[in-house]
Amino acid sequence: MSENTASAKAKEKTGATKSAAAAKKGPVAKPSLNMDELRELAELVNEHGFTDFEFENENIRVRLSKMTAAPVIQAQPVAATFAAASPAAASTTAAPAGESAADAVPSNLYEVKSPIVGTFYRSPSPEASAYVEAGTKVVRGQTLCIIEAMKLMNEIESDNEGTISEICVENGEPVEYGQVLFRMIPKD
Amino acid sequence: MKKREIRKILIANRGEIAIRIIWTCKEMGIKTVAIYSEADREALHVRYADEAICVGPAPSAESYLNIPSIISAAEITNVDAIHPGYGFLAESATFAKICEDCNIKFIGPRPDVIAMMGDKVEARRTMMAAGVPILPGSPDPIESVAEALKLAKEIGLPVIIKAAAGGGGRGMRIVRTEQELPGQLEMAQAEALAAFKNGSVYIERYIERPRHIEIQVLADEHGNCIHLGERECSIQRRHQKLLEEAPSPVITPEQRETMGAVAVKACKEIGYSSAGTFEFLLDEDGSFYFMEMNTRIQVEHPVTEMVTLADIVRNQIRIAEGDDLGYEQSDVTIAGHSIECRINAEDPEKFTPSPGRITAFNIPGGPGVRVDTAVYPGYFVPPYYDSMIAKLIVHARTRELAIARMQRALDMMVVEGIKTTIPLHQKIMADPKFQAGDFSTKFMEEFGKETAGGNSA
Repeated sequence: MSENTASAKAKEKTGATKSAAAAKKGPVAKPSLNMDELRELAELVNEHGFTDFEFENENIRVRLSKMTAAPVIQAQPVAATFAAASPAAASTTAAPAGESAADAVPSNLYEVKSPIVGTFYRSPSPEASAYVEAGTKVVRGQTLCIIEAMKLMNEIESDNEGTISEICVENGEPVEYGQVLFRMIPKD
Repeated sequence: MKKREIRKILIANRGEIAIRIIWTCKEMGIKTVAIYSEADREALHVRYADEAICVGPAPSAESYLNIPSIISAAEITNVDAIHPGYGFLAESATFAKICEDCNIKFIGPRPDVIAMMGDKVEARRTMMAAGVPILPGSPDPIESVAEALKLAKEIGLPVIIKAAAGGGGRGMRIVRTEQELPGQLEMAQAEALAAFKNGSVYIERYIERPRHIEIQVLADEHGNCIHLGERECSIQRRHQKLLEEAPSPVITPEQRETMGAVAVKACKEIGYSSAGTFEFLLDEDGSFYFMEMNTRIQVEHPVTEMVTLADIVRNQIRIAEGDDLGYEQSDVTIAGHSIECRINAEDPEKFTPSPGRITAFNIPGGPGVRVDTAVYPGYFVPPYYDSMIAKLIVHARTRELAIARMQRALDMMVVEGIKTTIPLHQKIMADPKFQAGDFSTKFMEEFGKETAGGNSA
């Protein structure tokens, strides 16, 4: 992180605020943040319009992440809890806001995605063996699985050459458009 | 007496109408399945539905119009019915038939009824047979100039020449004198050929200053049918409605009864079921003529809901379950006045689209205000679909109070990060002709010229 990011600046400011707050409270600074201090931090982040903020000392590391939007003033009641945290939420781990993928895919793995909506089957029929297993070497055009849609069995062909490393869907599970079916190590 | 119970509905749509359907489903304890394109991953209807299935990439043809994808999604989620909303596949007889074949209840009329009303020539013929007034015109395409002149004399000038295969205002020519008819006919045929690959044209009486009045109907699958009164939809720009109101400022109770009865009779004759709308043109002398029938729920249905206290989506679902309509015509009362403004993500003067991220969003509340929307702060309005982001609806005891309420609501509606047509609606609400209820479908043409003259509203 470069020195002029919001994070770096916030570190300085929060340091100042924290010590000011600590000074107000009494001679002994508490080793970790309590809810009031967390709230103060969140307000500070909000006030300055930062989207990402990190703070660390010998006892605690705090990361706040918020949606890049102004808070809703007088919204109609919204029942759903959104994946991204509201400005006041804080997390004591390094968990980022919901937008980034939960499990990061190693960049060298190739993902085979479903081109249609339907039900995923690993083999051409219940008695037959699966088209591919983990470790199977596949070529372009090779059938990897069946996706059943509207009573039609669609053979899904590989659009790359490589070795299957992961089968991402269970046999008989429904899949949507764009859902990852397989991961493979592409042949270079 | 119900024929089937609907426990889960797939909503074959997006945006505010998908939310609208979810609202009523939640109230009825019905589970919902949302479908979405890759561009709509963050859409509100996806978040509120009980389940959501991605059906394709951003382009509508590959997602919201992708019948195999949508039917597959319905099968893997095991739904009982599909609600098509408006637009997209709502008036696709093919889609309705496929649903039927796959044993999924299509919430709307039967496929053959959809097909009949979707064919303009067929619809006119059917309505004529059912005693519905239609614009005097040629039943078949014009064969010769002589025939055209003869018809024009019979119908009475002015007449309009229209492409048989056309629509949306293209391939139309107005003829006010007999002398100009041959020339205009030739040009209309050439335009029709160029635009629609079909040079056939027909002639209709032309109404100079019509009002667009439509009647909302509800019919069950047992032959019962009622109407829920009219909507006034004359404020249009290039045949796109900008705002609507119920009741119309000019329709009398007698006219309402007459037009409503005509619509209900036609429904019964064609075996219509579910919700539907009859669109009429109203001439200055009070005579009305059938234009077309929309065999679906419409964008502007909320104004009817406000003045009649009906829930049109709820009725559609009950009707789809085979339930009896449960209303007599005498049960329908119109109370107060409602106006709806369509808020679009567009430049309010140039009407160019304004997609982008909404950075601030504050909807007005208070008595008699309803907002149907699927946007929220931080939402990115995608460029792939229609530009309407919200419907602002008000209800008050009188039209005057409703206008004041709409002005207040428009003033207090905040949408930042994109351009919207809120300023346009503010100007219309302040317009003396609009306030007097004195307008026709020509209103926006004339309105544009006045404001271009440099006066502020």
